[in-house]
Amino acid sequence: MLARLLRWETVLLVLCVGVFVAGGASDGFAESGNISFLLLDYSEVALLAFALLPIVLTGEIDLSVASTLGFCSALTGTLWDAGMSFETIVPLVILAGIVLGSVNAVLIVRFGLPSLAVTIGTLGLYRGLAYVLLGDRAVTGFPENYRPFATDSIGGTFLPYATLLVLVVGIGIAVLVHVTTTGRSLYAIGLGAQTARFSGIRVDRVKFALYLLSGALAAVASLIYTLRYNSARADNANGMELVAVAAVLLGGVSIFGGRGTVLGVATALLAMAGLRNVLFLDDVSNEIQNVITGLLLILSVLVPVVFKPRRTKDAPLEPSDVDPERRAGADTGGRLRRDHEGV
Amino acid sequence: MAGCGGTTKGSEDAAGDGGGNATEQKADPNAKIKEGLEITFLPKEIDNPYEVLVDEGGIDAVSELKGTGKEVGPSDASASSQVSYINTLIQQKADAIVIAANDPNAVAPALKDAMSKGIAVVTYDSDAAPDARQIFVNQADSEEIGRSQVKLMSDQIGGAGKIAILSATPNATNQNTWIEFMKDELTKPEYSKVELVKIAYGDDDDQKSFQEAQGLLQSIPDLKGIISPTTVGISAAARYISSSPYKGKVKLTGLGTPNQMRQFVKDGTVTEFALWNPVELGYLAGYAAAALASGQISGAEGETLKAGKLGEREIGKNGEIILGPPTNFNADNIDDFDF
Repeated sequence: MLARLLRWETVLLVLCVGVFVAGGASDGFAESGNISFLLLDYSEVALLAFALLPIVLTGEIDLSVASTLGFCSALTGTLWDAGMSFETIVPLVILAGIVLGSVNAVLIVRFGLPSLAVTIGTLGLYRGLAYVLLGDRAVTGFPENYRPFATDSIGGTFLPYATLLVLVVGIGIAVLVHVTTTGRSLYAIGLGAQTARFSGIRVDRVKFALYLLSGALAAVASLIYTLRYNSARADNANGMELVAVAAVLLGGVSIFGGRGTVLGVATALLAMAGLRNVLFLDDVSNEIQNVITGLLLILSVLVPVVFKPRRTKDAPLEPSDVDPERRAGADTGGRLRRDHEGV
Repeated sequence: MAGCGGTTKGSEDAAGDGGGNATEQKADPNAKIKEGLEITFLPKEIDNPYEVLVDEGGIDAVSELKGTGKEVGPSDASASSQVSYINTLIQQKADAIVIAANDPNAVAPALKDAMSKGIAVVTYDSDAAPDARQIFVNQADSEEIGRSQVKLMSDQIGGAGKIAILSATPNATNQNTWIEFMKDELTKPEYSKVELVKIAYGDDDDQKSFQEAQGLLQSIPDLKGIISPTTVGISAAARYISSSPYKGKVKLTGLGTPNQMRQFVKDGTVTEFALWNPVELGYLAGYAAAALASGQISGAEGETLKAGKLGEREIGKNGEIILGPPTNFNADNIDDFDF
């Protein structure tokens, strides 16, 4: 357990601290206003990453999260333009997010289609529907009494309201993943859906619920996005799914499922937000920023592999430790217990 | 369901008024331009060749004024990607931001924040919400563009005959505004013999524009000329006409860049076309930003901006400065321009 913690999460933490220490050297980094902006700028990405985490733990993916955000933003704009009250729009938009999530869920769970293919499809579909709603138009003039929740910090501190919401959601996901029985079953599904099913876990029901949750969180993210920029457009958050997936992978979550922690993803998010901000302040161009993020991602996949042999020396070899990690019928219990308790 | 006691569009809570111009200080027309000003140009996207030219002009202007000019910007033209850059410039305590807004509203809160911290904000090419900037440097007056295109065409076809327009997309704001002014200009008595028979849309797609040009010429046998007020449309149409039997018989004009159109002017396909000079647009925006940051102007109507080699420009309504009439390019002068 300790050995595992010493691996990727530690590297991440060092990276994160490193970014913020190095940031101190850049003019204007350590100011309260800048820290607020840095946190705020990643609030939507964080919500999408927290939506993705449990799905990736089960070995599935949802690439439609940013398009769901875009559709919900366009819907917010359309309804607001039509004169509906904002108080009515909020629940409707969250409901819309859940409906979009359920379309994914039906295709993936009921029809057993691969989630990668389905959500690449709905990535295009939902973005397209957003354009059907709003076209090239932008709707603005959202209520000034609600906008501060997406733009301002709590009573003069550096902590934005939106980040508080992200923290609450993050803690909620952490409890779900690391404390509850459902959380335990996510790892079991990720390590082997068949085994999990035979162990009495209601695999389909769990997966279905995760996609509904994903849709709902994307809708919440869309409300923050729309209010923050005071602009509802069909192209809002275009491409953000890749940033969210990157945060999840950088956070040490295995793309094959069965491994990963909320703490890891949260640290990765903070490190990415800090890094982006520092690079901006140092006038590093967008292209170079992408190069750096790309290298970090490769590193995140590489390091656990490089560190693996050392671990097998410390502990007796278990079937589940053999690479690739999942063999049909392997005893996944040991790994499962370890990962689940790993936080 | 709508508006039952809640917050709706247009209700008082939703007024969305940012409190007007945040930096309403007095301007001193005799103030000297400060040295060492840091002025940053933030285009719609960093790799757009047109914007690169504009910003080169701007950086030149800042250098003339002994300041430091630089260009930063996103690699995609999405609505929100400019906001991170604005925040960065606030933290870097830039003296002025010159921005071509991708979304007039999405950048507004960040720009207001910049102005409240004493940073001068100028928009160019594409405006932001008027209360989120001090000056908008407009490339050319829409009315002037529309009317001058009709004159260019009429001069080339001897003031009589059928003409058509090859535009961008059916809902392109710029083009539609220009076309309205063209139609209005055509109602004047001196154009009574010029007849606008069709408006075609090439969607700013090279191939579609090419096919539309072909379609116009084949379906209207006595067509005398085409006006294409878009750089994509005019070059595609020129390519078609130059290799067709219509070359030299049907006139083509519109808005294009000299580099795109050079070969068609030289081979006689095109006599004369127009565009504002993007380098001068950036240059003017650079001077406006420096003058604002030095307190020489405040962006109020009626003030005069001294803009180096461009001479003086008066600030119009809503803090708008107009670069001037578009430049006409023909065989005589096209080699003087490289953009």
